[in-house]
Amino acid sequence: MSSQNAPDLATKPVIKCDSVYKIFGENAKKILTQSNGQVDAKTFSNAGCVVGVNNASFEVHKGEILVVMGLSGSGKSTLLRCISRLTAATAGNIFIDGQDLLAMNSKQLIELRRNKMGMVFQNFGLLPHKTVLENIAFPLQVKGLGTQESVNRAFEMVELVGLDGRENYFPRQLSGGQQQRVGIARSLAVEPDIWFLDEPFSALDPLIRKEMQDEFLRLQGVLNKTILFVTHDFNEALRLADRIAIMKDGVIEQLDTPANIVLKPATEYVRKFTEEVPREKVLKIGAVMDPAVDASKLGSLKVSQDAIIQTVAEAILTEPKHVEVVNEAGDVVGSIHAGKVIKMLFGNVNSSENDG
Amino acid sequence: MKFLHKHPKLMQFALLLVVFLILCAVVIPSETNVFWRFPSLFAGLPGTINAFAEYLMYDWMLIEIYDPELEEFEESALIKELTRGFSRGVLFCIDLIREILLGGVKTIVAFTSWDFIKENKWAVWPALPWTVVAGGAVILGYALRGKGLALLAGLATGYIAIFGQWVPAMETLSFVLVAAPVSCVLGLFLGSVAYKSSAAEVILKPLLNVAQTMPHFSYLIPVMVFFGVGDHAGAIATIIFATPPMIRLTLLGLKRVSPEVVEAGMMSGCNDIQMMFRVLIPTARRDILIGINQVIMQCLAMAVIASFIGAKGLGFNLLLALNQLRIGQALELGICIVLIAVVLDKLSLAWAHKQTDYFADSGFLQRNKYRSLFLLLLVTAIVFTFFGKVLFADGINYFYLIPHNKGITTELFWQAGVDWMVDNWYQGLQIFNTGLIVGVLMPMKAAYLGMPVIATFVLVMGVGYILGGLRSAIIVGGFLMFIALTEWWDRALITAYMTSFGVMVSAFIGITVGSLCAQNSFATKVILLVCDTFQTFPSFIYLIPVIMLFGVTDTSVLIAVIVYATIPATRYTVEGLSSVPATLHDAGSMSGVNRLQRWLKIEIPLAFPHIMLGINQTVVFALFMVIIGAMIGTDDLGQYILKALSDKNGIGNGLVLGLCVAFIGLAVDHLIHTWADQQKEALDLA
Repeated sequence: MSSQNAPDLATKPVIKCDSVYKIFGENAKKILTQSNGQVDAKTFSNAGCVVGVNNASFEVHKGEILVVMGLSGSGKSTLLRCISRLTAATAGNIFIDGQDLLAMNSKQLIELRRNKMGMVFQNFGLLPHKTVLENIAFPLQVKGLGTQESVNRAFEMVELVGLDGRENYFPRQLSGGQQQRVGIARSLAVEPDIWFLDEPFSALDPLIRKEMQDEFLRLQGVLNKTILFVTHDFNEALRLADRIAIMKDGVIEQLDTPANIVLKPATEYVRKFTEEVPREKVLKIGAVMDPAVDASKLGSLKVSQDAIIQTVAEAILTEPKHVEVVNEAGDVVGSIHAGKVIKMLFGNVNSSENDG
Repeated sequence: MKFLHKHPKLMQFALLLVVFLILCAVVIPSETNVFWRFPSLFAGLPGTINAFAEYLMYDWMLIEIYDPELEEFEESALIKELTRGFSRGVLFCIDLIREILLGGVKTIVAFTSWDFIKENKWAVWPALPWTVVAGGAVILGYALRGKGLALLAGLATGYIAIFGQWVPAMETLSFVLVAAPVSCVLGLFLGSVAYKSSAAEVILKPLLNVAQTMPHFSYLIPVMVFFGVGDHAGAIATIIFATPPMIRLTLLGLKRVSPEVVEAGMMSGCNDIQMMFRVLIPTARRDILIGINQVIMQCLAMAVIASFIGAKGLGFNLLLALNQLRIGQALELGICIVLIAVVLDKLSLAWAHKQTDYFADSGFLQRNKYRSLFLLLLVTAIVFTFFGKVLFADGINYFYLIPHNKGITTELFWQAGVDWMVDNWYQGLQIFNTGLIVGVLMPMKAAYLGMPVIATFVLVMGVGYILGGLRSAIIVGGFLMFIALTEWWDRALITAYMTSFGVMVSAFIGITVGSLCAQNSFATKVILLVCDTFQTFPSFIYLIPVIMLFGVTDTSVLIAVIVYATIPATRYTVEGLSSVPATLHDAGSMSGVNRLQRWLKIEIPLAFPHIMLGINQTVVFALFMVIIGAMIGTDDLGQYILKALSDKNGIGNGLVLGLCVAFIGLAVDHLIHTWADQQKEALDLA
């Protein structure tokens, strides 16, 4: 978890899903009531229905990045669309800041979207007839802001995402990465509390994708939004998430911190994803450290618990003694030894949790 | 045998052909033989329609209407009053625009009375000098697009004025300026409704299909019955004709908007109205603009046809010139129509693409520069006009209006050209003409007429069955049955013969030219531009040069049909061939195909479904042209529609005849679409 934006777990969740189902098909609701919440994909497909989301319950707290990860058809985008109410959930409850989302009428929903929600789309969803500036100003104008005011605000957003000088370009004149910057700027123009991102970087080239992920983290560092981020890229999920929800066939297989997902996969399906993951690049020292040891065993080196293993590996491996692990206040929270790091990187993958 | 096994459908087609030929040989041609010709059970249909229309017009839903002249209440039918009110509204709009352009008193009368005009001789709205309108067009063109469009607008208006066609051109313009916006708005509205509600779509779809295959003439008769005769009737017929393509293209465009854009609009917090006008319609603008372009084209195509029911203007004069065989005159008028069409089309496109600059920090004059410029123009032009009054001694003020007999004309030149051609080529053309008629057309016509009705049904329904199963067979059979039960089956056969001849030649030329042009990207661009340009011409224009060469014969009609119908065949071929993915070309090249093999084995099979849709369009275009050809004398359905036009009780005949033509088109349309859809699915192109 990024410490500077630690989610506030004490307060009420910003998004709360309670047994949300989304089933496509004509008699979905009826069959769902009959089956009593026990959804089996086969019975539904026999009835001509497709299961999108199957009994999803979770909470997202203020300032948290929850990444929903899954392969195509896993229902991750459908889940996102249920929470933004772009599609209506078949059953269950969704609360936004304690308000019942599904009970809202269309007027309330529009108000909510105009003020609290922003969304970024995989293929950008830009209006082709509007320039960069007009696209970004669009949600503001829809809200009823005057031209001058909305244009000024939009221009601030243009600067925020680094597109100055291109504000009068049309989407078709921009590269994919630039178009997505417009999409991001537009979704942030109304200063929403909740930020939905639906595979925002999947349509981009790998190098640009990396750059945009950095940009995303930079923005979140400044803005501290509550974020629901959908992706099919496990490494992207590990890089960005405070918590990850892994979905398969509409079911959330595991919802946990990146470290726990890598170290303690809940199901076989999740484990398969973690196999190829370069642990040194995703795990933080805090996730693999041992309890604190005697001062006599410690060397002079100190590492932060938030440091990614890779960045401090060389220092730890060249230190013969145990290394002190500290939090940002400088308090000792544990220790780590070169042997542990070596085992972590090259040892038997499955045994690592037993050692911990 | 192996070949037939590989292509089971060919076997079926062969079998079908054999049955067809046997039937043709066996069935005895006799009026009493049901298999030769079905009895015309629907012969009473036109009469029923007439009676129904009359009932609607005069007896249905009687209401009390106050007559200000007789100062008492009168009974009148609801429909009649409604159509009257509507006619008045349309007429008022047309007169308003017309009088701004040409001057007059009708608008003033509308607000006062004829007595007022009689007492106050000064109360006449003066016409704008032509220089103002021309200059205005230039400024508008420059404001919307730039120098190019300004030049085009200037040349077009200049041509119209200098050739002395100003008055009819402005009459036509006034009627187009009413009909086109109404069609666009109506089409946009109905298209959006169909997009929102699938029930509306289900209702509209078949109506659109029929509307788009009904010949222009058939619309005139009901309009005449319900709305009377005059400019407003012309405008209303035009609106009815021009709206369906707009609806269709609006719906198509809206459906093509990517779901993400719709979602983005929703997440931006759009309400329904903002969604429609700020997200959906602008995003679908490509298709909608094609719709607007079609509307403008249809309006000008109708300019000629609407003159049958009293619309004044270029179309009326063109018709007159054609009837008097004054080719040069007709040509000049035709060019005027084309110019108006092109300029309006370009202006509307430019307007739709207009961009605003939010950061332009500009003063009052800068912001209103075009308005100020126009004001300046108005004042100067009026001063010039007064100056012209003194300058031109013969009482005609050329700065104000150039009357039609004082304009430049190239008529003598064209007439001389025609005379020269007649003198020099007459022999050759005549031999070609006679040869074609005697050698090809007459036998073909005889063959069509010699088909027993049962054989025709077996053939067409059989093709339907092979392509699309029982459902298709029943659908096309139903279309045919309607025609067979009217008393015009023979006429329909003649229409079919002319159309199929035209389509065959057009398809051959179109596919050949298209294939050749598609080999080269420059040629592709050129040919698409040519198609675009030709498509802007109202269909009537095509008749002018052919009459020039071949006089009033079937050959003229057929050549006009071929020229007109070749456009879609060519365009779709080029489009289909150039949409074949480049990877397949590369794959072909690496497999070592030569050009011919690539064309035959890769391009044609993949592009064929699209080409077939082009052929479908070719059929519709050809049908329209054959019917319009009735103007210069044919003996098919068109001729009868034309006759119905001058008949007091023509509405029934006209509608049934129109439906006959529409059903021929729809049957072909159904067969081709079924086949093309299957092919597309098989090739994974859908």
